[in-house]
Amino acid sequence: MKGLSKSFGDLEVLKNINMEIEKGKVVTIMGPSGSGKTTLLRCLNALEEPTTGEFHFEDGFHVNFNQKLKKQDLLTLRRKSGMVFQSYNLFPHKTALENVTEGPLVVQKRDQQAVIEQAKRLLTKVGLQDKMDLYPYQLSGGQQQRVGIARALAIEPELMLFDEPTSALDPELVGDVLNVIKELANEGWTMAVVTHEVQFATEVSDHVIFMDGGYIVEQGTPQKVLTNPREERTQQFLQRILRPSL
Amino acid sequence: MFLLNNTFVFTITEGTAGWELIKQAFWPMVEGGIKYTIPLTLISFAVGLLLALLTAVMRLSRSRIVRAPAAFYVSAIRGTPMIVQLFIVFYGLPNIGLTIEPFPSAVIAFSLNVGAYASEVIRASISSIPKGQWEAGYTVGMTNGTTLRRIILPQAARVSVPPLSNTFISLVKDTSLASLILVAELFRQAREIAARTYEFLILYIEAAFLYWIICFILTVLQELIERRLERYIAK
Repeated sequence: MKGLSKSFGDLEVLKNINMEIEKGKVVTIMGPSGSGKTTLLRCLNALEEPTTGEFHFEDGFHVNFNQKLKKQDLLTLRRKSGMVFQSYNLFPHKTALENVTEGPLVVQKRDQQAVIEQAKRLLTKVGLQDKMDLYPYQLSGGQQQRVGIARALAIEPELMLFDEPTSALDPELVGDVLNVIKELANEGWTMAVVTHEVQFATEVSDHVIFMDGGYIVEQGTPQKVLTNPREERTQQFLQRILRPSL
Repeated sequence: MFLLNNTFVFTITEGTAGWELIKQAFWPMVEGGIKYTIPLTLISFAVGLLLALLTAVMRLSRSRIVRAPAAFYVSAIRGTPMIVQLFIVFYGLPNIGLTIEPFPSAVIAFSLNVGAYASEVIRASISSIPKGQWEAGYTVGMTNGTTLRRIILPQAARVSVPPLSNTFISLVKDTSLASLILVAELFRQAREIAARTYEFLILYIEAAFLYWIICFILTVLQELIERRLERYIAK
């Protein structure tokens, strides 16, 4: 990804971001609120269309946001990533199982029997084998978020995007969701995760990006960025979230 | 022909009164209800809803050129009396060589009317669905159209039912206006009989009761539909 920027009106939220997400690696994006980290993630699947910049994929597919985005390119780009939202955004009128099968059946038109089998496997993997026929309102936040993960996995993306997946959860439910994400990391999924969980970021990421004010302040291995940060802003931020002053 | 075919009506003459009159007037009115009031309501509502959906989607478009005609249509219909619209279609259009029978005239006017009012209801309920639902649709690969159809409209339908039921019940009663363009519906029958017997009070109250019964049944149906659509909502 090269020269990415994003403006809302006069407000430039992302300023000339360059980054790379290697296949099979986990990239964590951290930073104070308002730093642009969620916007950056949402640019990766064009939920926010970048104002400038280019994406290049290994398979040769590329998108240039300096020109008007073609509808087909937009769909291809979205097809490459699965997204997990902070507020889950499950389809409330569909059961857990139907949430997971919706993309593969309706958009990808895959074989119904195979899709249902896969959805059941994914829901079992996230620990919801006995909740498949429940509607979202019958599930806890942590369970809903795990359905969200299964739904994103079901479209068989190349890249999984997580937008603060545990920020809306009660503290005791965070662990289950993080464990699922860790498991995916171990299986070799390529992932970009926006999170405030420093401990988790240290454990699972291969690469950490620290953002502030729309810029990438610092990036590198978790040891480099989270354990021994060079930049003052990174140090300040980590101090504040690790030892919250009351 | 959709003109008067009330064979019963002419057997009722001046001097028939009281319960006898109520009984004798009952079947012509019910017949008017079954043959005209109810079909007129159902057809106009169905056509109106399709118009409304189209109009609502047009009004939510990003393009001005798409939005403008829809906004014009809604403004024109909501800004003019229904009776005037009805008269334009039935009495006005023949002046430019377009003569339409009473019943289809009524269907046209009522459909256009429902389309404008219901489009506002549908537009509001689509807007009430959180943006995250659109985004979730996009992230599983859906286009705008598929997201609207599969994700947004089923949820918007639930929000729409109570206000649309209002429109529907209003429509049942508004069809009585069709009596003014010679449709032999329920109220037209009441007026015919009243004109022969001078028993206005009894007959109009009887007509009112019949409308009330129809609307009461519809309200019960509305509750059934609401309960069905709310099965995935936390109680």
